[in-house]
Amino acid sequence: MKSTRFFPWFGFIFGAVYFLVPLIATFEFSLRMQRGIYSFKAYQVVLADPNFQASFSYSAIIAVLTIIVGIALVVPTAYLVQLKLPRLRPVVEFMTLLPLVVPAIVIVFGYLRMYNSSSWLPMTGSARSTDLLLIFAYVTLSLPYMYRSVDTALRTIDIRTLTEAAQSLGSSWPRILIQVILPNIRVGVLSGAFLTFAIVIGEFTMASLLNRPAFGPYMQLIGANRAYEPAALAVIAFAITWACMGLIQIVASFAPGQKR
Amino acid sequence: MAFLSIERITKTFGTLTTVKGVDLAVERGEFVTLLGPSGCGKTTILRMIAGFETPTSGTIRIDGKDVTGLKPHQRNIGMVFQAYALFPNMTVADNIAFGLKVAHKSASEIASRVKEMLDLIKLPQVADRYPYQLSGGQQQRVALARALAIKPQILLLDEPLSALDAKIRVSLRDEIRAVQRQLGITTIFVTHDQEEALSMSDRICVMSEGNIEQLGTPFEIYNYPKTRFVASFIGTLNILNGKVSDSAEGRILVDGQEIVTSRGLKGAGTGDALAVALRPEALSIGRANGSSNNLEGTIDEVHFLGSVVRIRVRFKDSAVSLDTFNRPNAAPPERGQPITVNFGREDILVLDGVAN
Ligand SMILES: Nc1ncnc2c1ncn2[C@@H]1O[C@H](COP(=O)(O)OP(=O)(O)OP(=O)(O)O)[C@@H](O)[C@H]1O
Ligand SMILES: [Mg+2]
Repeated sequence: MKSTRFFPWFGFIFGAVYFLVPLIATFEFSLRMQRGIYSFKAYQVVLADPNFQASFSYSAIIAVLTIIVGIALVVPTAYLVQLKLPRLRPVVEFMTLLPLVVPAIVIVFGYLRMYNSSSWLPMTGSARSTDLLLIFAYVTLSLPYMYRSVDTALRTIDIRTLTEAAQSLGSSWPRILIQVILPNIRVGVLSGAFLTFAIVIGEFTMASLLNRPAFGPYMQLIGANRAYEPAALAVIAFAITWACMGLIQIVASFAPGQKR
Repeated sequence: MAFLSIERITKTFGTLTTVKGVDLAVERGEFVTLLGPSGCGKTTILRMIAGFETPTSGTIRIDGKDVTGLKPHQRNIGMVFQAYALFPNMTVADNIAFGLKVAHKSASEIASRVKEMLDLIKLPQVADRYPYQLSGGQQQRVALARALAIKPQILLLDEPLSALDAKIRVSLRDEIRAVQRQLGITTIFVTHDQEEALSMSDRICVMSEGNIEQLGTPFEIYNYPKTRFVASFIGTLNILNGKVSDSAEGRILVDGQEIVTSRGLKGAGTGDALAVALRPEALSIGRANGSSNNLEGTIDEVHFLGSVVRIRVRFKDSAVSLDTFNRPNAAPPERGQPITVNFGREDILVLDGVAN
């Protein structure tokens, strides 16, 4: 008995220590900006910095737009692949996994070659079109998570029969997708959305190389120049990610039409 | 002209032809059942009527109008699925209202129609529940209401009862039939359960391997099956292989004993092999005089079923089953005992096709 219990517990404690100690250390350090006492001074400084507010709002807006574009792209695609083109599934799954294999820096250099100001489609020509390029880049980056969450959610409902039932009641494709399919995979879509949010908020490489005022490059800049604020920022970034995870859990338990 | 007319439709998936030139004419308000074993193409025909599959060839007409090329949402057909297929994210009332909202009906019209439908299926109290809060039988009734709410021209039901347990199955089939009669809606019902088909239908269409074997009323199908397939699929008919010994007088030799039919031999000549069917309820034990047929055999098996005792009698190659009532004061029949079975000349049904 004792030995069978020991190893799982050892693993758990080891893992917890591995993750928690640096976090606690960072948190403790972030509280020491004022000599001799613990305070939230570093957080006050960070939150009051207009650059923090600007870069964070910028990234949040980009994240929301990324989520909207991602849902509009992924939901119909995953639906059609399951319903009409099941043979394409391995191909599509492979494509959605590519962003995990190809490093972001390679992707962004590709973009810069393809869409530079002297190319056939000069998307880096103006700030707005670069924002658009950044959104598409983030859609690509979040594709593995978004596609997987949506695809898994679609598998838990009988999309074929639901689609046919709606069709026989006179419904057209857009209405089926929006009123029948989307509400029933809402949990999957939302978890994909929160994962996307967490990725976009912290992303550095693409935003930096496309020279956009995003939160990732801001964090890097602060990290290179200050002592206590970066620790506070790291804790804030962790809190945002965990809040996203928590929200996934909460929405998952509040889905109407499902057993609780 | 028939209300729903299916003309020589075929359906081929890849190299497999699953519906082979089926003709079917259904009158307005009629309840027709497609009955057949698994894989015979029942669902495929239903899905072609609904527009989910396109026939490889042939025409489907509803009320004289060719609908073969129309999309499902253009056909105004109500469909009920085996798996209920209620929208899980909507309440019962919203499920029933779905088709009406699609058709842009006014809110007051939708509300009154939903109420009317809930009354029709006798579930007025469940309007605000979600599908998962209903039993299987209730869900299927809601699915029926949802399909009927849009006042479809035709109602299609694909094995709507087979996911339910036996008791609910029986009560719900009576209820579906009652609703169908009340609305007078033309209905195609798919099942592989012969009892369901016999008890519900105006006419039954017995299918096998993509073909219609026989189309007729339950009475005709049960009492006068035309083919060996129909005879063996419907009820517990006994089938005997024989050989015509005198075609003019209807004499047939079965395992060396002669029987006579008064129903004619369907053009079989003397010496031809054929198959005949006998309903269990036409058989009695003992030797009968006069014009009745007698066959001598031995008791092969005895099954005591309570009020009924089922006996299997073997002649030589053929055997028949018959039911006798249990009699507490008489000794039950025993295996190996010789026995004579008798039946009338008019009880012999000669089946199409050669015996195998
Ligand atoms: N989309 C399809 N692609 C390929 N073959 C199909 C398709 N749909 C049906 N079939 C084949 O057509 C044949 C008839 O199928 P169908 O579903 O019509 O049978 P059924 O009579 O409804 O059987 P069951 O009682 O099992 O529902 C089967 O052999 C089936 O494998
Ligand atoms: Mg079927």
